[in-house]
Amino acid sequence: MSTHHAPTLDPSGFYVTGEHHTENGTLLGFWLYLMSDCLIFAVLFATYGVLNGSYAGGPDQKMLFDLPLIAVNTAALLLSSITYGFAMLEAHRGRKGAVIAWLVITALFGATFVGIELTEFHHMIGEGAGPWRSAFLSSFFALVATHGLHVSFGILWMIVLMVQTSKSGLTEQMTRRLSCLSLFWHFLDIIWIGVFTFVYLMGVLK
Amino acid sequence: MQEKSDLMRFIFGRLSLESIPYHEPILVWTFVAVALIGGALFAAITYYRKWGYLWTEWFTSIDHKKIGIMYMVLGIVMLLRGFSDAVMMRIQQAIAFNGDMGYLPPHHYDQIFTAHGVIMIFFVAMPFVVGLMNVAVPLQIGARDVAFPFLNNFSFWMTTVGAVLVMLSLFIGEFARTGWLAYPPVSELILSPDVGVDYYIWSLQIAGVGTLLSGVNFLVTIVKMRAPGMTLMKMPVFTWTALCTNVLIVAAFPVLTGVLALLSLDRYVGTHFFTNDMGGNAMMYVNLIWIWGHPEVYILILPMFGVFSEVVATFSGKRLFGYTSMVYATVVITILSYIVWLHHFFTMGSGASVNSFFGITTMIISIPTGVKMFNWLFTMYRGRIRFELPMMWAVAFMVTFTVGGMTGVMLAIPPADFSLHNSLFLIAHFHNVIIGGVVFGAFAAISYWFPKSMGFKLDPFWGKCSFWFWVIGYWFAFTPLYVLGLMGVTRRLNHFDDPSLQIWFQIAAFGAFLIFLGIMCFLVQIYVSFRDRERLRDTTGDPWDGRTLEWSTASPSPVYNFAFTPYISEIDAWTDMKRRGYQRPDSGFVPIHMPKNTATGFVLAALAGVCGFALIWHIWWLAALSFVGLIGSAIFHTFNYDRDYYIPADEVEKTEAERTRLLAQA
Repeated sequence: MSTHHAPTLDPSGFYVTGEHHTENGTLLGFWLYLMSDCLIFAVLFATYGVLNGSYAGGPDQKMLFDLPLIAVNTAALLLSSITYGFAMLEAHRGRKGAVIAWLVITALFGATFVGIELTEFHHMIGEGAGPWRSAFLSSFFALVATHGLHVSFGILWMIVLMVQTSKSGLTEQMTRRLSCLSLFWHFLDIIWIGVFTFVYLMGVLK
Repeated sequence: MQEKSDLMRFIFGRLSLESIPYHEPILVWTFVAVALIGGALFAAITYYRKWGYLWTEWFTSIDHKKIGIMYMVLGIVMLLRGFSDAVMMRIQQAIAFNGDMGYLPPHHYDQIFTAHGVIMIFFVAMPFVVGLMNVAVPLQIGARDVAFPFLNNFSFWMTTVGAVLVMLSLFIGEFARTGWLAYPPVSELILSPDVGVDYYIWSLQIAGVGTLLSGVNFLVTIVKMRAPGMTLMKMPVFTWTALCTNVLIVAAFPVLTGVLALLSLDRYVGTHFFTNDMGGNAMMYVNLIWIWGHPEVYILILPMFGVFSEVVATFSGKRLFGYTSMVYATVVITILSYIVWLHHFFTMGSGASVNSFFGITTMIISIPTGVKMFNWLFTMYRGRIRFELPMMWAVAFMVTFTVGGMTGVMLAIPPADFSLHNSLFLIAHFHNVIIGGVVFGAFAAISYWFPKSMGFKLDPFWGKCSFWFWVIGYWFAFTPLYVLGLMGVTRRLNHFDDPSLQIWFQIAAFGAFLIFLGIMCFLVQIYVSFRDRERLRDTTGDPWDGRTLEWSTASPSPVYNFAFTPYISEIDAWTDMKRRGYQRPDSGFVPIHMPKNTATGFVLAALAGVCGFALIWHIWWLAALSFVGLIGSAIFHTFNYDRDYYIPADEVEKTEAERTRLLAQA
């Protein structure tokens, strides 16, 4: 709010004198973007739902999924959400160094997740179970890799925000940007819970 | 064809001199014409030294009013291209009888009907819709700009780059031969190994990013930036329809992005989502694309319903009849538009219960639409109607659209659809609602808001010529297609064996000629109005005795829109202000906080265009380079904190004093 031109209703009742400030819409806008992103994942989940039995004579879920590895992976991503939460708590306390430290830890967890996922993909492709093997594998790779790409992009974004935080400090704008990435990061966690449940757990139960 | 060396293949991908269609005379002449007109335009801009002006005042502008005008220009330019395609099809079908194969071989003809559909929906109708929202929404809600002005500029350039890619396919390579929705398996590598479908995919993906961001932008603008006192149920109806359209955009376009991404994986990576072998399922593509496609229909028509609501109320001199029911009808259509998609392919064979469900939901949509129709009629009833150009378009819409709506209900009956599916009856139906609704709406809106955007009215004589040619031309062009469709003629045919059909196609071609005259008159109208702009100047800011806030500002509105934010206490805020004796404030101005222009939107979109082109032609190094450049530029932009400035109070005072002077003259 501007201090020297506070808005008041003119006596005529027709307009507001002084400068009328509208509320910042960035968080709402970003949340709307996330919902649209969520729909892309909805398309990919639906596609997987339709195609997850179309093996075309190729391997199925039970033959391919290594649940203990995925459990480690899931733990890394879920922990990274907690550590991002710590970063946001420190941001609201105004402690710049602590924010960056927690962001580094979050990014490392994220990188672990992406690394393990790449290992899993590498292993599957090596066994001849690449995305071109069957419609089931096409839909599996599309869903999981889209999530992985989002996480990778989130890590890149986190690095940019670390640089910006260290340069400009925890300004209002910086806190807003950190909040957007926070929404993004937790959103990816929720998507992953869906992937873990519907793809991996239900896959090996089939 | 010579074998390319590995090095050449690395540098140019699939691109070679063979890709330029110099052996097709039609395309060569088109290219010559485009090159001459483009060259003349380029030379004129250079001669009059307007590049700097265009760059600083328009291309880099984040002012919603200017971006709105640029969207409209884009839509009009692409309308000329899309209409040329239509004329070529009409001529081909009118002459390809009795063993005459016409002048367009199937390979070329198939590209033309695909390009016609793609261009008309994505690069004519969508720019009109988004352009009109830019022109009117911030002014109608008493805001200074949209919520994210930079994103708005970026969205415009992404849409434009998508259009440029489609145009490029004319002269480098070819366009898809699949029909406007690129159904697999025709759009898969096995049947479309060339670049056509790739042009299709990347132009829509790039333009789609622009549309999605516009949707987010306008949602936040309408939700967060309304002037104080303007509750949801006091918003102008156009703003309401814009709100619903943007909900649809945000909730539908990601599905298009997703399904096109899967198709490109099939084509680029060799996956099997929609292939015939290895477990793929082509009908999944058809389902997904219509889950986007049906809401898209309402994305186009809802804002036009808003336009007609504004126009009918203004030119009847009455408050809109049934404001509340109009709002609820709009919201109901928004929701229903998501549960009707399967009526586009009843013949898929999903069984009686599924087809009945979708048939019934489709028929239900006609109820809220009927509510709207009656609201407009009751607004006119006992009103003092002025038949100015926008009102004429509104009346033509009501007649034409109602017929289109009724044939739509006929198509919603699954057993009838089994005969009519993919016939010319369907073609006639959707042109009936899209031309009768969206195009007539766009012309009503252009003649209605033109003085607000440009500062002078459009010449009514040429406008009326355009109107009559369009309306009569529409009926001549599409009534024969209803008849042919009922006789069982299917769409997209290249030539015919039955000579008794020819007369109907000749009548349709005559209709297309009338529409051609309509478009020419529209262009003359713009030229004449520009030439006589002093005579047509609007000094009042309120040339139609308008009802909503945009008419309270000068024409064209100042860059900051409102010197003071208005306080809203009624629906039709401006009518209410006029009634209560509103006096313009002439002192006490304060500095106004505004966003700065930026070239980033242009740069990012240009890089996206290069990346798209490289992906189409498999020039992998360029794709990687431009993609890294794109991400890098976006990150670089976030380090720019110098994004706003203040318009000093005395400059505001000067602008407002000038308006006071003009008003005194009027």
